[in-house]
Amino acid sequence: MSALVKNRRRGGGAGWLAAAPLLAVTLIAFGIPVAVLVIGAFSVEDGGLGFDNLSATMREPYIGSLWSSVKLSGVVAVLGAILGAFLAQAVLTSRSGLLREAVLTASGVLSNFGGVPLAFIWIATLGNSGVVTAALGLGAGALYNFWGLALVYLYFSVPLMVLVIAPALDGLKPQWREAAQNSGASTWQFWRMVGIPVLGPSLLGGGVLLFGGAFAAYATAAAMVGASVPLVTLQIADALTGNVLIGYENVALALSLDMIVIALLVMAVYLPLQKRSSRWLA
Amino acid sequence: MTVEFRELRRSFGGTVALDGLSLKIEQGELIALLGPSGCGKTTALRCVAGFERPDTGAVFIDGADVTRVPANRRDAGMVFQSYSLFPNLNVRDNVAFGLRVRRRPTSERHDRAAELLELVGLGGFGERYPHQLSGGQQQRVALARALALQPKVLLLDEPLSALDAKVRVSLREEIRRLQLELGITTIFVTHDQEEALSVADRVAVLKSGRLEQVGSPAEVYDRPSTPFVAEFVGTMNHLPGRVTGSTVEVFGQILPLDGTAPGEEVDVLVRPEAVRVTPSEDGHGFILASSFRGSIARLRVQLDGGGEVLADVPGHEAVRLAPGLKVDVTLVERPVLTAERTAVAAPVEPVG
Repeated sequence: MSALVKNRRRGGGAGWLAAAPLLAVTLIAFGIPVAVLVIGAFSVEDGGLGFDNLSATMREPYIGSLWSSVKLSGVVAVLGAILGAFLAQAVLTSRSGLLREAVLTASGVLSNFGGVPLAFIWIATLGNSGVVTAALGLGAGALYNFWGLALVYLYFSVPLMVLVIAPALDGLKPQWREAAQNSGASTWQFWRMVGIPVLGPSLLGGGVLLFGGAFAAYATAAAMVGASVPLVTLQIADALTGNVLIGYENVALALSLDMIVIALLVMAVYLPLQKRSSRWLA
Repeated sequence: MTVEFRELRRSFGGTVALDGLSLKIEQGELIALLGPSGCGKTTALRCVAGFERPDTGAVFIDGADVTRVPANRRDAGMVFQSYSLFPNLNVRDNVAFGLRVRRRPTSERHDRAAELLELVGLGGFGERYPHQLSGGQQQRVALARALALQPKVLLLDEPLSALDAKVRVSLREEIRRLQLELGITTIFVTHDQEEALSVADRVAVLKSGRLEQVGSPAEVYDRPSTPFVAEFVGTMNHLPGRVTGSTVEVFGQILPLDGTAPGEEVDVLVRPEAVRVTPSEDGHGFILASSFRGSIARLRVQLDGGGEVLADVPGHEAVRLAPGLKVDVTLVERPVLTAERTAVAAPVEPVG
């Protein structure tokens, strides 16, 4: 027994040693920037520490852009999760292996499609002089607002949701549906009482991922809407580069800290639920 | 309630799963559908449950044609092969699921679930979740759930196949006890002949979607109507024989034929328990291997003329009949089935 414990302890130590390079990279890539960010966020003009920068982020125009980013990310997360889940379910139940492979491959590509190229294809399609805008005679400016940006973000968010939710949908055993039917349940009753509760954590997890993706997106918004839709990432870029006012670099770091806190809050909801879901769908 | 399959046919692409299956199951009877993989036994069961619709033919429950009735409106409780408990619900809510669907009051649901959990020996397990139960316990809960709505028919789709041997034996006895206690008509699908023979009132042996034989376990075992049944149910020796009229000569013995022979040179089908082995210096074989199984020992005897034969002897003789011993092999005198001669006559099951 004691030998076993000793071996386990030794195994644990070896495990940490093996993980050391990864931990070192993580520390360098994430730890140091976070430390710099935190120090900068709490540094005030006289060289001391204080809450001035964080207080500034709670006032206009920063609080408005923070709220706007949360709203946009929330809309993208909810719509993307719903659309992605329906699309994934339709594809997985189509019984066509080819369709499944095609959609999952396309989702893998499209979920990584972002930045300026994404903005450009939408501008070329639905911008003021876009192909579809001209063909359908749509009015100018349809794309350069909150909902236009949400539409563009959905372009990569829906495929991402398909990739995230497909394994969970695969994990739903057909026997659960049959057992529910055998107990007299209709299709809707099965989904309400079993399917959605079982998938719930995975759906929420996918939503959190989409929220994070939209919350952190910058280049597409910068290329498309500029300052017409206030977003926290655009505010951070402006403050860091001194685009509007100089000397606001630490406010940018404080805004980044706000973003980290919001992301952590969302993750705090997601992780325990994800743990439960993985046990159910194992 | 009776269940009747009438000329059921069902194909999946080019594969015929059911090929004109007709069978009537009587009120309160437990019938085992037995056969190898792909013989159509599960498809037949799913036709009763409503998960499969036959291409032609009909399913009757208590005289009513239910072929087109949706699965959620049939009065049949089913236990699945894999654990199919809802993972998000605790044991009590799993059992009471059907009652919840029917919007029965909470108190009634809880009372019924408690009653059924007592019945399956899981009285104090209501608050646990499926992942906190063993496989055997999960299948007991699934059984309780299947019985919750007091169905006319109980359908068991290989409910024991995922369990270990000991649990399998105890649970199959429990299922039989419950079935007799409730008097519910039950269809038990299995590929395990021992399971089928030990719990069923009647055993229906299926092959390629057709019924080969249906009868009591003793009837199917002792008087198999076809070589397929003879081989599938129990272990069978294939011994070379020569047919003369209504008898067959095998190992120099003349035995009466059961049914008709497929030719002159045949395989004689003999069960290991119908083979007698006696030590003899001048014997025409020797013991190759011995496998002790408690009450019996199964011997593999190598014959001098080539070929092998399996023989079951009382367990206490295992020490005396050790590998290497020269022996004589004789057969119990009773009518024997024959099959077409195979290239090499050999028993169908190895020792060990």
